[in-house]
Amino acid sequence: MKLSTFKKGLHPEDYKYFSHDQAIETLPLPDDVYLPLQQHIGAACEPLVKKGDRVRTGQLIANSSSYVSAPVHASITGVVMDIEKYYHPLGMRATMIHIRREGEEEWELLEKIQDWKWTPKEKLLETIRNAGIVGLGGATFPTHVKLNPPDDKTIDSFILNGVECEPYLTADDRLMIEQSDKILLGMAIMMHILDVQKGYIGIENNKPEAIARMQKRVVELGYPFKVVPLKVKYPQGAEKMLIYSVLKRKVPYSKLPMDVGVVVNNVATAFAVAEAVTEAKPLVRRVITLTGDGVNQPKNLMVRLGTPFKDLFEACGNVKDDVHRIFMGGPMMGMTQYHLESPVVKGSSGIVAVTGELVEELTTFPCIRCGACVRTCPMNLMPLRLSKFTQEKKCEDLESYGIMNCIECGSCAFVCPANIPLVQWIRVGKIRLREHKAKKAKENA
Amino acid sequence: MTEKIQTSEEMEKETAVKTAPGSPEVKPEPEAPKPKKDPRSKLFRSDRMTIVAPAPHAKGKNSVPRIMYTVIAALLPAAIMSIVLFGTKAMVTLMVAVFAAMVAEFACNKIMKTGITVDDGSAILTGLLLALTLPPTFPIAGTALGAVVAIVFGKMVFGGLGANIFNPALIGRAFLQASFPVKITTWTLPALSGSGAYYDLITSKAVDTVTGATPLGLMKFEGIGTHLKPLLFGNIGGCIGETSAIAILIGGLLLVILRVADWRIPLSYIGTVFVFSGALWLIDPAAYPDPLFMILSGGLMLGAFFMATDMVTSPVTPLGTWIYGIGMGVFLVVIRIWGGLPEGVMYSILFMNGLVPLLNRWTRPRYFGEIQQEKKT
Repeated sequence: MKLSTFKKGLHPEDYKYFSHDQAIETLPLPDDVYLPLQQHIGAACEPLVKKGDRVRTGQLIANSSSYVSAPVHASITGVVMDIEKYYHPLGMRATMIHIRREGEEEWELLEKIQDWKWTPKEKLLETIRNAGIVGLGGATFPTHVKLNPPDDKTIDSFILNGVECEPYLTADDRLMIEQSDKILLGMAIMMHILDVQKGYIGIENNKPEAIARMQKRVVELGYPFKVVPLKVKYPQGAEKMLIYSVLKRKVPYSKLPMDVGVVVNNVATAFAVAEAVTEAKPLVRRVITLTGDGVNQPKNLMVRLGTPFKDLFEACGNVKDDVHRIFMGGPMMGMTQYHLESPVVKGSSGIVAVTGELVEELTTFPCIRCGACVRTCPMNLMPLRLSKFTQEKKCEDLESYGIMNCIECGSCAFVCPANIPLVQWIRVGKIRLREHKAKKAKENA
Repeated sequence: MTEKIQTSEEMEKETAVKTAPGSPEVKPEPEAPKPKKDPRSKLFRSDRMTIVAPAPHAKGKNSVPRIMYTVIAALLPAAIMSIVLFGTKAMVTLMVAVFAAMVAEFACNKIMKTGITVDDGSAILTGLLLALTLPPTFPIAGTALGAVVAIVFGKMVFGGLGANIFNPALIGRAFLQASFPVKITTWTLPALSGSGAYYDLITSKAVDTVTGATPLGLMKFEGIGTHLKPLLFGNIGGCIGETSAIAILIGGLLLVILRVADWRIPLSYIGTVFVFSGALWLIDPAAYPDPLFMILSGGLMLGAFFMATDMVTSPVTPLGTWIYGIGMGVFLVVIRIWGGLPEGVMYSILFMNGLVPLLNRWTRPRYFGEIQQEKKT
């Protein structure tokens, strides 16, 4: 059978074997958690607690009046130590609420929903917002916004993203195997909110166990969903690529999936939605993969948000001596970590520690115009020209070559035989173009 | 030791308590006073430096030298075949050209104060390609001169690898064609054809050779055709590396399979020659050569698989590549049939090389989800 997929892209070695057989382990409650006020795209939250306050697990501790935002909940029971700037895994210092564990675990749940099928959609959306749910695949866009498209958009399909195309990561894979019922329930709830009939579950073909499990449970539970096995290719987990792979629809430039009638959500998000709606549990934990050849015992862990990375590494037998790089997320788009006290945030899908050859030490050759980047770019851009234009500061050309389309998947830099940091230049180019536009707007005004 | 990654001082204290005194693993920290600031601000220990860099953190295995050496390896069948057919002189030509190219590149590196780039393989490739396009009787000094011109004026004056517009090996050959028009069109038949063409290595004069025109020359000036079998195996007059279509095809297909050469280029180039000359042949089979002869004779195979596909001087966009290949095919047929020269592979490639920067610009692929430009009112 020919598996569907998108055009171009590449297939890096996936290294999933480190952790794909490791069942999800629940990490013991951490002693300290650090919860950033902003773990999502949108407005930052304001803290609702102060130093010395006692908080219970699941208690609302930060919120924002803005619509595009997601509240933060205490992930352990204890005392607020302080609200200070701490190291954030995205590489800056950000304001976080530091809670120290004290006493027995006590839960503060959300308002209970009796039967979601007969609950008004507004009520369900409110619950999802109150639970602080965001896109857990890494984009961290507030889910209640995604599930509430404007009235003029007709949504006809829902895609559940179980692709997990980044090498190393296996958190979604394990979640689909172990929690398939809750994921399907979450998907049903989201489809109910959107009032769509057609549901697809996109899973890459390197996760046969997850495909089989989801397929089996879909049939057994009688859901009208279609499990779509996809050819293994990076970056299939990117929303636009996945929509093309599953439905062969192209999301136009500067438009959103809802413009082609699709909403995509991650399996981990579906799991969180199911927990929020049926168990009234806010988002205080997530599954995270700790893996890489630099970790002694790669694992998939269910951890409380805000747990410092060092606690996770301790649970995995620590890192090996020759680790030279630790990053959050996959190797293609992950952020390198310089501080192991950084906490797990809502968007952390994995932490990878690697040894071996350094990418930065490879010799850079001049571009020989081999076209590998052009052949690989899933967005059909010309990375070699974009990086050149960035270096030459040709902002008009950057725009006409569609630099803002770049999804920064890193495929071009991965395949470049000359080892040119293409995607890095493109990121610089985006900033240059924005500055250029702002300057122009100022001049015209 | 498992407590390697801890970062807070509390954890360090714990470690010290846990370990029995006198344990060989734990050495007291050097007495450097620990700054009394927030312990959380401490980074990794100094013995555990990790790298902070933007993504991606993984890299494919392909590299520029790997590409160059792959092409060189793919040229080996043609090079070996040239030695088999034309004897030791061919071997000397190959070695001299490669050596001269490397020396020229090294000298340029020194003069231009760039790093040494000889080991990236592109100079070897240029020398090898140039040698394969020379006739067996060509003087060795001329070969070396051609290789130097190819590297210096074909590549290094533009700024080195990746900066040149024209294929360096063909620049070298064009220079030789202009400088030694007679020598470069003096052909001998291969030794295997029974005419015995082995050469004295020192004087580089043919010991016992029979001069013979190339099939294209025969066709153009005398109207004599050549059978297909010698065209395939190379038992004909011509440049040392271009006569055996089979040897070139073996290497060329390898390149296409390994995706080092874009399959569109040989296909569109050879295909255009076949279709265009086929159309002419159908119009008047007596006046025009048949298309199979056209694609198997001369340097078309070598040019299409190894020279036109040079990454630096060929387009990167699929559409641009098609235009490039078709353009070369049209030029080639025009030169061969109506031009003053019997062969036109070199000029057809050089012409289209000059168009590549524009082709890259004109044929930008439409990006994913690009909206059609609204009609200007």
